[in-house]
Amino acid sequence: MVDRAENSQMQRTFVPPIYNVTICGGTHGNELTGVYIVREMQKQKMEKAGSVSVTTVETNPRAVAAGRRYTEMDLNRCFTDVLLSSPITESTPYEVKRAQELNAQLGPKGSAKAVDLLIDLHNTTSNMGLCFIFYSIDWITLHIYKYIENNLNSVPVRAIQLDIPSSEAYSLESVGKHGFAIEVGPQPSGVLRADIFNVVKEALDLTLQWLQKFSSGHSFEGGTVDAYTFVKSVDYPRDSAGKATAIIHQDLQDNDFKLLRSGDPIFQTFSGDILKYEGEDLYPFFVNECAYYEKKIAFHLAQKKTYSFPHISVKND
Amino acid sequence: MSNGSSNNNNNTARFDAARRVAIFGGTHGNEMSGVTLVNLWMQNSAEIQRKGLEIKPFLTNPKAVEKCVRYVDTDLNRAFTQENLSATGGDELPYEVQRAQEINRMFGPKGSAEAYDVIFDLHNTTSNMGCTLILESSKDAFNLQMMNYIKKAFAPASCLVLLNEHPLLKYSTSRSVAKHPVGMEVGPQPQGVLRSNIFEAMRVILKHALDFISLFNEGMEFPPCTVEVFRVLERMDYPRDANGNIIAMVHPNLQDCDWEPLNPGDPMFQTFDGKSIHYQGSSTVYPTFINEAAYYEKQQAFVTTRRETLAASAIRKA
Repeated sequence: MVDRAENSQMQRTFVPPIYNVTICGGTHGNELTGVYIVREMQKQKMEKAGSVSVTTVETNPRAVAAGRRYTEMDLNRCFTDVLLSSPITESTPYEVKRAQELNAQLGPKGSAKAVDLLIDLHNTTSNMGLCFIFYSIDWITLHIYKYIENNLNSVPVRAIQLDIPSSEAYSLESVGKHGFAIEVGPQPSGVLRADIFNVVKEALDLTLQWLQKFSSGHSFEGGTVDAYTFVKSVDYPRDSAGKATAIIHQDLQDNDFKLLRSGDPIFQTFSGDILKYEGEDLYPFFVNECAYYEKKIAFHLAQKKTYSFPHISVKND
Repeated sequence: MSNGSSNNNNNTARFDAARRVAIFGGTHGNEMSGVTLVNLWMQNSAEIQRKGLEIKPFLTNPKAVEKCVRYVDTDLNRAFTQENLSATGGDELPYEVQRAQEINRMFGPKGSAEAYDVIFDLHNTTSNMGCTLILESSKDAFNLQMMNYIKKAFAPASCLVLLNEHPLLKYSTSRSVAKHPVGMEVGPQPQGVLRSNIFEAMRVILKHALDFISLFNEGMEFPPCTVEVFRVLERMDYPRDANGNIIAMVHPNLQDCDWEPLNPGDPMFQTFDGKSIHYQGSSTVYPTFINEAAYYEKQQAFVTTRRETLAASAIRKA
């Protein structure tokens, strides 16, 4: 590897190998891209990408069969340390049991036996393009993200970071040593769009390409990533009975990641009044995500932060 | 209300005034525009009131609405068959069959003189259909005149008419208990989501519909007119394997292209490994209900239609 003078200021980091990657779909049973990507990969017997072994898992088959997000509880909220270690009784929801099964199969979370990289595929009804969602600032994740951002041109590509410690991290990808979710929208639940399928397939092909290059000793240049870091969520205005009294305003609808400023319209009440945003300049995302009505979320708000990451190459023992 | 004393273009068809009108929402519990509008109007009906007209907003499938699902046991909008409506079994019957019988009692009986004059049934679709009015009979001059009125009032925005008179593909809708059933389908909107543009569009076309009825009841004569409709021809399913699993998706060139011509040889489906499957029909058709979420289980990727111009005689209150 050539030591390039202009990059000598950037630290070069050696990172342990990625021997295996697990691609998951159907964590929410009505988010169809992941379901069909996983099925197609299984049909094509996609088990290896160079020296990296590839596993695929349909994580919530009951929800997939029912065409629902979940049967009793949102599977993608079941991976906190507390829920993963809770005792199983007759009244334990299916998804809590399933999460523990998946943790045994792909984890245990936090241990040396966990899969090296876990990628969980999701869709959203929000106009978010393709997003990487991750908890920690991890060089592997950022490099793969950058590689996709540089090579995928058909949709906007963005990074979302959730600043939550691992023990409280509630979603499936926290089980792997490295992990991220690929969230793509807009796609209605229960619908399979070919354009979205093709984009996710392309993103996974690029990911496997990167992993092969990394495994074979390729050195990747460092750089920076602008990531959206979750700040807070905003609920719909509600009446005394708890019913929503407004809809997302048309200026906000479909404008995920467009900077929201004080005075910008965010809701329109059924009687025609416009409600405006008040607060610091922030970026909305998951605007009008169907599954979030019951979680009392109209949209999330994020700050944009720039993270730098170093040159990396694989550490050879 | 009579069916009209004449279907001859030269004569004016007479109909009794439409006094009893219902607006159905929540026939599919996760199609949110109708659910929301009906809930609003049940609380405050000022917006939909018209002189001399009884207008009843009604949630047809409250259990499905509560769970935010299309249906609980069976699709309510397929449940109004004669067999279901006369079935015995009470509580043992599927929930939606019980509901169908209840709705038939309240707003029908279907086919009788006591039935409601008009029922508007509010629906959403994940397909890119825009505003669509659904017509069940090409011979209903009253409905044709209403749809002509709505289209003109809504212009330049587009409101198209889908005619489903196909003997095999036609189905027994909740609105079919009325003398004049009118389906209102607005998309694209994901299930369980409420979009303001879709909500407003539905509100506006319904307003025009009620205006029409009002004008008609006041004695206005509507001269003969022609209405362009899209007549349902054929249901096209996804290609499937021996186990019934789909093996291809609606092709990106067809996705979102409701109402645009599909010519023989045009791409129609794309397999998961990237191959195109082409339309093999002998002539150009106009597809709609392209990639509607609820139709995967009904073996329908889209329906084909052909364009037709229907003539409606003049109409006037009897």
